[in-house]
Amino acid sequence: MGEFNFLQSLPAIAPEIGLTIMAIVVLFLDLYLPESQRRNIAIVTGVGLFATALLYLLLWFPTLTEPEGLGALAGLYWGGMVRHDTLAQIFKTTVLCAGALTALMTIDVRGLGRKGEFYLVVIVATLGGTLIAGASDLIMVFLGLETMTIPLYVLAAFRRDDKRSAESGMKYFLFGSFASAILLYGLSLLYGFTGQTSLQGIAAYLGSDAFSANAFPVLVAMTLIVVGFGFKISAAPFHFWTPDVYEGAPTPVTAFLSVASKAASFALVVRFLLMVFPIEIVIDNQLLSSNLVINGQSIPDFWVNLAAVLAVISMTLGNVIALVQKNIKRLLAYSSIAQAGYTLIGVAAMKAAPETAIAAIGFYMLMYTFSNLLAFAVIVLFSEATGSETIADLGGLSRRSPWLALMMTIALLSLGGVPPAAGFFGKFFLFQAAVEANLVWLAIVAVLNAIIGLFYYLTIIKVMYVDHSPYEEREIAVSRPLAWVLGIAALAVIVLGTFAVQPVFDWALRSAASLFT
Amino acid sequence: MVPLWMYLLVAAALFCIGAYGVLSRRNAVAILMSVELMLNAVNINLIAFWRYLTPQNMSGQAFAAFVFVIAAAEAAVGLAIIISVYRSRRSVVVEDVNLLKG
Repeated sequence: MGEFNFLQSLPAIAPEIGLTIMAIVVLFLDLYLPESQRRNIAIVTGVGLFATALLYLLLWFPTLTEPEGLGALAGLYWGGMVRHDTLAQIFKTTVLCAGALTALMTIDVRGLGRKGEFYLVVIVATLGGTLIAGASDLIMVFLGLETMTIPLYVLAAFRRDDKRSAESGMKYFLFGSFASAILLYGLSLLYGFTGQTSLQGIAAYLGSDAFSANAFPVLVAMTLIVVGFGFKISAAPFHFWTPDVYEGAPTPVTAFLSVASKAASFALVVRFLLMVFPIEIVIDNQLLSSNLVINGQSIPDFWVNLAAVLAVISMTLGNVIALVQKNIKRLLAYSSIAQAGYTLIGVAAMKAAPETAIAAIGFYMLMYTFSNLLAFAVIVLFSEATGSETIADLGGLSRRSPWLALMMTIALLSLGGVPPAAGFFGKFFLFQAAVEANLVWLAIVAVLNAIIGLFYYLTIIKVMYVDHSPYEEREIAVSRPLAWVLGIAALAVIVLGTFAVQPVFDWALRSAASLFT
Repeated sequence: MVPLWMYLLVAAALFCIGAYGVLSRRNAVAILMSVELMLNAVNINLIAFWRYLTPQNMSGQAFAAFVFVIAAAEAAVGLAIIISVYRSRRSVVVEDVNLLKG
């Protein structure tokens, strides 16, 4: 850990500092701006979050070009509470972009767009997400998760005049706090067995001779923790809250919930599993053990199996139930369960092929964030103009607003994994990791699932381009901030799927190496 | 001195009672109370482990303090949401809150 150096420690939490300042600024804008200028709050939030992401990347710029990534700068900061490494870098950037696009797409939504406190809560949730991406202590893990989740409860229930929003918030709160309590009990057991709260300390203790108990209580603690994480990433069978919450929450909130919360939680899953139940334990540059084995039970094997089972259940259940959905938000909820399942393949492959698997997870979450936000931005515009969220009502979208239909098509093709959209490479890298890790059967299940998934994504495209609906005549007005959101997200999806694949994947590849420095 | 396992047993019992409450209660406020029971079980665990295993290291106690704070924040937000549901439907029974399904 070394000696505490304030200035050196600052960049490790640069985005968090930026977000705190933003939160205060937005609070004051909400107080003092007259009604006629309140639209600016959304723009300030969106631009501010993008600027934070950009500054954060620039601050570490030399490290982006260096072959060894962050090099000497990676490591523990602030008393071991946060880690700074490329994994944190990727996921913090993802969460910040998600927050920025969400703020901009809310701008004209009735009942939300002009409320300063909405943006304040979005910023705080983003802050929680960035904290999770770097957390390396049990206390920080819990604090980060709750800093993200509690504002999300508020956001889901934000529209007080809408019964469905209140219901969505209540369901999210009840299931969410239950899952948090289960997770926390697991964390407390883990603390109890080892007497440590730092993730590395726990791993070192579990791997050393000092730990003499049998594997069973450790496995219980891990299972409780995985249940908690499974809820946050909405993996089946812990997904039951997802469809209801996604459908009832205001659409921009659903968009944020489906990407930021999932991406941040995946960062945590990767870091937690690899650091607490590691495949290699290195202390003072000495390889202590190449596999955490307690009384003949290999702990990493246990989480590999757990992740593989969750992946298969999530993919299959998400895709099959999505086939029969009529509400577009509900369909995307089941699709997001399936996407969590695909990403869990990467988690299962993390033991045998750590580098490719972690890079694949990072790339997948980045591209999923932009694809899903693009789809939701179109839905925000559509439901604001028509008041409908039914898939059949999307009929004729290609004739009334050809650009919107094109954007939706790009998003859906990316989610379905069709080139040149980014989703193709996202899935390709995950399946490649699975094959490298000798999980060929998992890759085959995933490919079959991707085909089912493609079917319902293509059905929506067919509805937009071929079918007719009563709303067909009215055109949908796209304001300038929304046009920016659509443009940025679509550009990111296309660029990530074509000439930015290699650099971004290389960046992601460094995260595995920097995880253990 | 009372042995450590007794504290852990009390905590485990409290956790199970809380979990049972969450799964069986129909009133949202009662579910919230059950969740608080589970969080208190966690606190007993943390403090007992801290006192018996690593009294020289304060991190266990700090963890428990953070759990308090978060539990309070969670209860505040949760009650606010439950009140907003009650205003729109005059009921906080979970089974009556069923617009969203499919």
